[in-house]
Amino acid sequence: MFKLLSSIKKDVRILLRDKVGLLLMFLMPILLAVVITAIQNSTFELVNDNKIPLIVLNRDTGEAGKQFLASINDAGIFKVMQSLEVDKKPDFAAMMKANDALVAILIPEDFTIRIKGKAKVVAAKALKSVGLEGDSLSMEVQVDPLTMMYHPVMQESFRQSVHGALKSAVSLVESKQILNSLYLKLNDEPMPVALENEILHNTTAINQVPVSRDGSRNVPNATQHNIPAWTIFAMFFVVISLGSSVVREKLNGSFLRLKTLPSAYFISLISKQITYLIVTLIQALVIFAIGVWIFPLIHLPALNLPNDLFATFVVLLICGWCAVSFAICIGVFAKTQEQANGIGAVSIVLLAAIGGLLVPSFAMPDSFSYIIRLSPLHWCLEAFYGLFLEGGNLKDIMMNLLPLLAITILFQLITIWGLRKKNLI
Amino acid sequence: MAFMNFPAVRIENLSFMYPGQAHHSITGINLTIAAGDRFGLFGPNGAGKTTLMGCMTGILDFTDGSIEIFGEKVSRKNRSFCSVLGYVPQEYSFYQELDPLENLEYFGAMSGLKMPAIKKKSEELLKVLGLWDVRTKQVEKFSGGMKRRVNIAISVMHEPKILFLDEPTVGVDVQTRFAIMDYLMELNRRGTTLVYTSHQLAEAQNLCNNFALIDQGNIIAHDTLEHLLAAHEAEGLEGLFIKLTGKAYRDSDV
Repeated sequence: MFKLLSSIKKDVRILLRDKVGLLLMFLMPILLAVVITAIQNSTFELVNDNKIPLIVLNRDTGEAGKQFLASINDAGIFKVMQSLEVDKKPDFAAMMKANDALVAILIPEDFTIRIKGKAKVVAAKALKSVGLEGDSLSMEVQVDPLTMMYHPVMQESFRQSVHGALKSAVSLVESKQILNSLYLKLNDEPMPVALENEILHNTTAINQVPVSRDGSRNVPNATQHNIPAWTIFAMFFVVISLGSSVVREKLNGSFLRLKTLPSAYFISLISKQITYLIVTLIQALVIFAIGVWIFPLIHLPALNLPNDLFATFVVLLICGWCAVSFAICIGVFAKTQEQANGIGAVSIVLLAAIGGLLVPSFAMPDSFSYIIRLSPLHWCLEAFYGLFLEGGNLKDIMMNLLPLLAITILFQLITIWGLRKKNLI
Repeated sequence: MAFMNFPAVRIENLSFMYPGQAHHSITGINLTIAAGDRFGLFGPNGAGKTTLMGCMTGILDFTDGSIEIFGEKVSRKNRSFCSVLGYVPQEYSFYQELDPLENLEYFGAMSGLKMPAIKKKSEELLKVLGLWDVRTKQVEKFSGGMKRRVNIAISVMHEPKILFLDEPTVGVDVQTRFAIMDYLMELNRRGTTLVYTSHQLAEAQNLCNNFALIDQGNIIAHDTLEHLLAAHEAEGLEGLFIKLTGKAYRDSDV
């Protein structure tokens, strides 16, 4: 035990003198967690609170144009700015830039005429289909498509949401015109406003409820997603300090000196694992504490810790052990510190990417479904999500922890094989 | 002291081949080093000195032949021989991030010493080797000579009965070399067997009382200097060395 404690003491001393390693292990993931959460949070706020800046150039003087404009306003997600541009070929790019708009839409001059024409045709067809005589109308009335201009920074999913909202607004205008047309034909008088509202605006609401295993209804936010993800990233980033430390010991001959002493090298290996496992736990504690107490102070959503804190500790322990095992493995096979740092950093980013830390795994192509499972970070993240987002307990996440343990043991075996092959133990 | 009944080192039919190589680095070595000897092992580059040293210290795992250190078999499984053995590698084999005291504390513990003994021995060694005043300074900032002395101090923390030294004075100034040599002589007077290898033949001539020349993996000569010089009609160790190993480069193959 004295040998192990002395070895841990030595590792802690070396670690505390590795200022760059400490910075990388603590400051970098904290910055990442804060910055990425802030960015994602502002994206959510952009959609939920701030509204999307939209320029509408309404060349239509009829009621359909006004109705469309009103529907866009009613959608509640747009900050509508009306343009009075009279140029026949308006410069939308300049307009959007001048107004910081993300989207612009042009309502053409004949919008009302065409919408009404289309409504009459549809109404006539409907009446004819139920055996009532409608007006004999040309069946060729078409409404030209509206054009939505958007800023290239808008991502596909966000753009599709905007497109969907605009489409709903157009549908509402068209439905209103068709209903009015039908009502007029059948009753020879315009539809009462109350009835119109009843039909068009009294739609069935869709409630949004997050599903969790413990029955809680906490709405997941950017913090709940980002803190676990960047904590895992931080834990695996010990590869920079620990991998280099193992390489230094190989290069400076400490390993060989240990071979001539009456101590098993496994003491040194175990001491490194204990020391850095404690480091990973401290990392998690610091990042979680920032999420719980500091985030609200900087106007970010606070982190809600899982109900099952014991399960959270178990996940942290296994994630930490896996991260440490990976780092030692890299250190054993790297020939120089530069190699260990380069391979370590790149491999962590790659494993994070395929593990779903950078892009959600459900958004990845099908061909990635097997590769994802090879990343230990994926299993760590799934276990954390099971606790943080789904309110699960230890039993619920066991199927994530078992593969993680298997990968960890594999790293350990590869390390021992590498040490034997290189005649270091 | 039962171990004094045995020779310090007994090697029988030792051969060693590095993995992936076609030829043995050392072949059929038989060698005995008496307890209390100051034994010098010499040879040109690539002759097999480091390999033989590696086998004797248990760093290399050999399969052909046997080695005993004070009667204890050297093998991967049996590490009991390590408690009587000290090794001063050519490289600075310690933690440059730590200070001398911290290095001695760690390696002392790994050698099997307890804290009171570590403290006592550390103070004694650092004072003898002129490092006491810098005991809490990071070794990284030390000169080459100071680092060499730290290297030696670590190796003798547990008072080994046999000390293997691989070029212990390479790259140090004259003062440090004299200090190290004096300290090694003092160790030997207290009963420590020295097994020394170096290219500093003049230094070796002053230190060692027994010599072996190794070339192309074989011991080609082994005796006291007087007997070797007489047998080969050579003048001095350097003359003997050239006479037995020739003048051709030995490390041109890579």
